[in-house]
Amino acid sequence: MTTMASVSMPFASGLRRLFGNRAMLFGAIILGIVILAAILAPWIAPYAPNKLSIINKLKPPSMTNFFGTDEFGRDIFSRAIFAGRISLLVSLGVVVISTVLGVILGVAAGFFRRLDAPISRLLDAMMSFPDILLAIALVAALGPSLTTVILALGITYAPRLARIVRGSTLVLRELPYIEAAVAMGLPTWQILARHVLLNLASPILVQATFVFASAMLAEASLSFLGVGVSTDMPTWGTMLASGREYMNNAPWLMVFPGLAIVFSVLSLQLLGDGLRDLVDPRLAKES
Amino acid sequence: MARIAQALLKRLGGMAIVLALVVTVVFIIVRVTPGDPAAVMLGSDATPADIAQLREKMGLDAPLLLQYGQFVLGILQGDLGQSIFLNQPVTTALAARAEPTFFLTLFSILIAVAIALPVGILSAVKRGTIFDQIVVTLTMVAASVPSFWLGLILIQVFAVGQGWFPASGYGGPETPFLERLHHLVLPAVALGVVNSALITRFTRAAMLDVLGDDYVRTARAKGAGEGRVILKHALKNAMIPIITVIGLSIAMLVAGAVVTETVFGLPGVGNLVVSAVLRRDYPVIQGALLVVAAIYVLINFIVDMLYILVDPRVRL
Amino acid sequence: MTDTTKKTPVLSVENLTTSFKTPEGWKAVIRNISLHVDAGETVAIVGESGSGKSVTALSTMRLLPAGRSRTEGRILLDGTDLLKASEAEMRKVRGGSIGMIFQEPMTSLNPVFTIGNQIAEALVLHRGLSWSQAEVETVRLMERVRIPAAKARLHEYPHKFSGGMRQRVMIAMALACRPKLLIADEPTTALDVTIQAEILHLLRELQREENMGVLFITHDMGVVAEIADRTVVMFRGDMVETGKTDEIFAAPTATYTKSLLASIPRLGTMGSAVAPKRFPEVDASTGTATDGREMNPVASTVAPILKVDNLAVRFDLPNGRVHAVEDVSFDLRPGETLSLVGESGCGKSTTGRAIIRLLNPSAGSIVIDGQDVTKAGTRELRTMRRTSQMIFQDPFASLNPRITVGSAIAEPILAHGLMGRKDAKARVAELLEQVGLSAAMADRHPHEFSGGQRQRISIARALALNPKFIVADEAVSALDVSVKAQVSNLLLDLQEKRGLAYLFISHDMAVVERMSHRVAVMFLGEIVEIGPRAAIFDNPQHAYTQRLISAVPIPDPSRRGQTPPPLTEEIKSPVRPFDYVAPKRSYREVSPGHFVQDVA
Repeated sequence: MTTMASVSMPFASGLRRLFGNRAMLFGAIILGIVILAAILAPWIAPYAPNKLSIINKLKPPSMTNFFGTDEFGRDIFSRAIFAGRISLLVSLGVVVISTVLGVILGVAAGFFRRLDAPISRLLDAMMSFPDILLAIALVAALGPSLTTVILALGITYAPRLARIVRGSTLVLRELPYIEAAVAMGLPTWQILARHVLLNLASPILVQATFVFASAMLAEASLSFLGVGVSTDMPTWGTMLASGREYMNNAPWLMVFPGLAIVFSVLSLQLLGDGLRDLVDPRLAKES
Repeated sequence: MARIAQALLKRLGGMAIVLALVVTVVFIIVRVTPGDPAAVMLGSDATPADIAQLREKMGLDAPLLLQYGQFVLGILQGDLGQSIFLNQPVTTALAARAEPTFFLTLFSILIAVAIALPVGILSAVKRGTIFDQIVVTLTMVAASVPSFWLGLILIQVFAVGQGWFPASGYGGPETPFLERLHHLVLPAVALGVVNSALITRFTRAAMLDVLGDDYVRTARAKGAGEGRVILKHALKNAMIPIITVIGLSIAMLVAGAVVTETVFGLPGVGNLVVSAVLRRDYPVIQGALLVVAAIYVLINFIVDMLYILVDPRVRL
Repeated sequence: MTDTTKKTPVLSVENLTTSFKTPEGWKAVIRNISLHVDAGETVAIVGESGSGKSVTALSTMRLLPAGRSRTEGRILLDGTDLLKASEAEMRKVRGGSIGMIFQEPMTSLNPVFTIGNQIAEALVLHRGLSWSQAEVETVRLMERVRIPAAKARLHEYPHKFSGGMRQRVMIAMALACRPKLLIADEPTTALDVTIQAEILHLLRELQREENMGVLFITHDMGVVAEIADRTVVMFRGDMVETGKTDEIFAAPTATYTKSLLASIPRLGTMGSAVAPKRFPEVDASTGTATDGREMNPVASTVAPILKVDNLAVRFDLPNGRVHAVEDVSFDLRPGETLSLVGESGCGKSTTGRAIIRLLNPSAGSIVIDGQDVTKAGTRELRTMRRTSQMIFQDPFASLNPRITVGSAIAEPILAHGLMGRKDAKARVAELLEQVGLSAAMADRHPHEFSGGQRQRISIARALALNPKFIVADEAVSALDVSVKAQVSNLLLDLQEKRGLAYLFISHDMAVVERMSHRVAVMFLGEIVEIGPRAAIFDNPQHAYTQRLISAVPIPDPSRRGQTPPPLTEEIKSPVRPFDYVAPKRSYREVSPGHFVQDVA
């Protein structure tokens, strides 16, 4: 008998399947490397990210500069590693903000009938703005900085999470164990925390992973357009933007930051896909 | 027919509410600017007199509610305000740049759907085969590539390298139409390919879902051949979620167009917005946001109507 | 039932073994099944869930997914081996020589094509008719399966049809090309009992007219007794017994068949009992049964614990108002079981949920233990929830999968501040033992338990607050036959020990007869008849009650055919225009405590 209740799975067998899913393991390893490199950047980067060396400008990849150098002779490899810090920091902030907002809005809309229509319409309106465009407008309004980019993208992606959370909450609300909790006279906050949120954890985790990936792409786009985080530190997007002018003669300026984005996003997608298969056995069976 | 007319009215009502919210959100976004928008727009070397003049021009001195009223009233009359830097109405500025964006979006979605539907269906039918695994892997990779980066690579290979297509620009009204379209090939491919990944994966998932349904078994038990089972019984049901995702990806294409236009130097709406942001030309940002969101709401409305045609169960 | 002239069987299955691919390798799910079906004959395959009966049917049609299943043996249709046939030949067989109908009428029809299109498709595929010719024939087929206004409904979509009508459409589709064999996989399981009677009746008639062989898969011994000439009993993938149906019922040889027959709830086994009676205890190793003991009668002098007066629950849809419950009144005494019976959509569950205040009543009053809770606020509701509890149908969705069962049972105790954590833990252990589980199970998660065990846990959780009455909403309906009897007995024992009152909501008349002191029959949101159990079952007065009781299949082939030919009509809908006012009903007392609604 397959029922709704089979959404969860014990942790141990989940771990076993994590290692059974090679694609997911691959994703986890890449993401691990990216995160480690970002954390350990000051120790593993061979050069300071902004160290100029005009005589070494536009050097192709070599043993001294693995990814080559840019128009100011800065080491692309070191810059790419430091850029990962910003990307991860921004994306992480975006995930936290959009998850908190999304869960509050989604649970409220899904659990309390009276709030459903107004919240849902608001979400519809927010989702009518293409993500980058909304983020650009918010950054323009708030002024470009690390915080505003995080805030802007966080607000942009919150409705996506809210939608998913609302849908799952609507299903959960009708399940007998939630009704049993109501019939037992549990306080509403306890029903929400122990019975609703606990069972939403998996779908939220999966969706948060995908938001992480989207945020990374969006941050790169914003930086590329020159409306992103404006700090002294490079980001993959700004590296691509400034490398554009030289791409005919120095293609490595585009190749390596681009690949960094692709691999980071890919690792998150693989992880998210694998997590979804773990969480939703019905989908897992079919792929 | 009465059923459709009734549904139309109801959906129109819902659409009006969402549009009103969109207008409000756009109004709020520009008003959340910390400090004086006029001062921010004019930069640090503006005189207080300049700022006061701009404040008056933008109507920033009026109470917030009155500003909102005027904003709504303006929209209803087709007036989206005046661009500060272009010195022309926002509507004129948008209209002048609509063509490349429209065709870019149109071609991208055509490319995306033309790839996604057949590949997604085939992949679902041949689940677990090498073909399926390749499709799953490729779509995963394609969904991880920033479209602007793909654009840069296409320029490098097909414009700079082979010289088959122009690397940037669009040409003016005097340029022949076909030549203008020639400029769109690379950007449309860059956008379309990246977006086809999403639609392919969704098509595959929707088909897999439907192929496991009871009525598909019924069709087989009736003696229908596989072709009939897939193209008649399964596909029409799978189309219901697929239509939604195509509608949704149009919004994503518009977002992608903003960046892609910059890469290819296309004088479209995206380009306009990016330069407006850099120049803090708030009325233009505001107007572009509003128009794009309104178009999206309209597309959603069309998707809703398509639902009614495809799915007889839609409760009206 | 039909005189089978000896000839080659239509279908003959020899040593059928089907295996599924699992991560651990191929695993046989049915082993060495052999059976045959003659023309005009009905053969039933009976077994509980997991017995492999459906796999047998799907293997015969070769409808199992090719890559992940493997079928060996021989399946001879008129002498040709289907396992050796090409896929093109199989397509001619499916829907041509063999028709098939399935369990889920709600999902077995394609939602986006009209009924007419789906029936006609079979005709176009197999008989080479044009679509317009096929349409004419389709109308004829729809009339044959007694779909009213066939011509008008031709162009309607499945969602406009009730479950019973959809199953008629499925039958029309399956019989479109006059197959020699019909495979029916639990065709009536999802249907209400009166609709089931109609469908069985229809199948029997059509079979007689066409002289068709029928392979009928079911878990319901009553249905088997009603329709099958011969029976195959399956258990965990093996065929444990086969033979003439009346012989199997009269003298089962396999232990499993014996215990299966002994544990099925049967109507009319109460003898002179007045109070409920425990289900027979079946010894699984021998299959012998000892009949259950009669429980205590209820003292009629004590004040009722629950009093419901003129309860109404209505809710609005875009196209009208649903009168889900209208003018329902009854009371319930401590230690008493009142059963609410009726078919889907009759309002019995809604009544139970309104009493527990999971939804708000539109009118009327609910008095629990002397306290009017009809409009109780949050604080009063919390107090009320200690008195009244609920048990739900689906054992798999009744428990939060993320919380250990011990924690789930302790939750209400802690939330109401009845005990500290330590005492609560001891109480959980005590409760688990009371429902026949071990205290050590408290640390496990729900997925580690079987359906029956989960239902026991739900009962323990409901008992945690020491309630005085419990609404049991189809509490044993989803369980397999043997488990159903055990859990029902547990409910009876707990009632006796604790003086609990039950509002027992069920569609299963045989279980209701065992469990109840009194019975209320609901139809379209109203109580049409209420009274002592014996009076309702032995002397039903309302036409609907009579129809409901006579429609229950009796697991005794010798009493076959006693069911009167049923009416063919769609159940009326409780959806009314917004200005509709429910008429005031009056009741007459037939015998002490036995009330029947007057015909309007």
